[in-house]
Amino acid sequence: MDRLDFDIAHMFAGGLVLVSFMLLYQDRLYALLNMFAAQALVLAVSVAWQAYIQDAPHLYITAAITLIFKAIVIPLALHRIVGRLRIQRQVETVVSTVPTMLAGIALVSLSMVVMLRVTQGADVLAREDLAFALSVVLLGLLMMVTRSNAVSQVVGFMSLENGLILAATGARGMPLVVEISVAFSILIALIVVGIFLFRIRERFDSVDLHALDGSKVNRI
Amino acid sequence: MGLIRDLSIQISQMLAVLLLAPLLTGFIRKAKARLLRRQGPRLLQPYFDLVKLVRKEAVVAQSASWLFRVAPYIIFATTWVAASLVPTFATGLLFNWSADLIAITALLGSARFFLALAGMDVGTSFGGLGSSREMMFATLAEPALIMIVFTLALIARSTQLSTVAGFMLSPAVGLRVSLALALIALVIVAIAENARIPVDNPSTHLELTMVHEAMVLEYSGRHLAMIELSSQLKLLLYISLIACVFVPWGLAPVAAGFSAHAIGAAAYVGKLAGAGFLLALFETTVAKMRVFRVPDFIGVALMLALLATLLRFMSRGL
Repeated sequence: MDRLDFDIAHMFAGGLVLVSFMLLYQDRLYALLNMFAAQALVLAVSVAWQAYIQDAPHLYITAAITLIFKAIVIPLALHRIVGRLRIQRQVETVVSTVPTMLAGIALVSLSMVVMLRVTQGADVLAREDLAFALSVVLLGLLMMVTRSNAVSQVVGFMSLENGLILAATGARGMPLVVEISVAFSILIALIVVGIFLFRIRERFDSVDLHALDGSKVNRI
Repeated sequence: MGLIRDLSIQISQMLAVLLLAPLLTGFIRKAKARLLRRQGPRLLQPYFDLVKLVRKEAVVAQSASWLFRVAPYIIFATTWVAASLVPTFATGLLFNWSADLIAITALLGSARFFLALAGMDVGTSFGGLGSSREMMFATLAEPALIMIVFTLALIARSTQLSTVAGFMLSPAVGLRVSLALALIALVIVAIAENARIPVDNPSTHLELTMVHEAMVLEYSGRHLAMIELSSQLKLLLYISLIACVFVPWGLAPVAAGFSAHAIGAAAYVGKLAGAGFLLALFETTVAKMRVFRVPDFIGVALMLALLATLLRFMSRGL
């Protein structure tokens, strides 16, 4: 593989990790959703580039699915949900930004150390993709831990799934059946989550998940 | 003969940064004023201000110690040395061996240390407030700068600025995402360290928001002139550093002869003007941040720099 090809792949995959960090930094819901769309866009470009250099045409389908569903459909749907719940002006006061960022850096370095050790001898591109994918997954988990708003937890969950797609890309893609079924299960998850958001809102007048914890304590 | 020539080039570089620094500040002020459709002060106004300050009597508070009087000269000396170490129009100067990124960071750090001490020396509340805020920003900005240095050192395999600039000019540099991250981080650090607008307003004396001005509030006369000149030099230093590492075109080796140096000097002045205009444009389009939002802003620089180092480490480990 050409050095320049690898450098460009490295740039896109590194850009994905960077956008995941920017997701952590957003505290407004609309900005968060736009950033989520940007993350999916970067992922689609990255997958398409790897399809080109690996000469694997079925990865183009993965890129297209990512582009249509995760960069356009899901952000638009979440936009509408946020608009109808009237929570777009809420600012989440969570763990402050700098500690979250430092925790994120620690997670990224952890995943790099682990993955570079574990995958010795594998293909260069696969090793790199696996390391970056693990960091995107961990950053998605970190986002779910540090946020209390249900919508941003959903975004964290979806960005975690973006990491999985990157991991699959490095290993020359999943089988197409798996790919499509994952995409549809994500869509169904979105519908279920949407219904749940409205139910939670109806019951507790808020989408802050701490309200759920409180209710359990009260009942006991 | 060679030694005299090298020495004269080195000295001309030291004088050039000293003479260009007020002009750069004047240019930025003029550009900002023109962007706001004001006439603005003359381009040479900072020189007149400095001359006026030097002529005036220096009033020193009764409670001030010797440190208060010495600090402006120390700050000026360290900043000037640091600024003249950065290659501006030619690389490989006589004092090249000491033009080390870590040494420059250390010189700037000691200048900041003395400025903070001088701010607290008189014992007024504003000085202490300014010093504590400056240190709060520095605890994030300085590690970010060190991480940027590490990234550059990992890529160019040297912390010497001439070598780094030479490497950036060669085709071996390739396409590096780490360099882009390091550039953004360095710009954020430069904005924060020079007390430019989103972090601090250089032309305000509003008590609640000022950082740099609060520390130097007690200074007057020639002491204030030294402080002003060193903050202008610091701005020039950061712009030269960014230009030298990230846009090194036009930099000539020291032995290249007069015409190459003239081209290098013209390119350098062009880079300064471009950077000054961009800074003025940026400052007119953003609003100042709340002080407690600033650590988040500088934290982004730290995060980007750490990420750049990690990505570089990663692509080299493969």
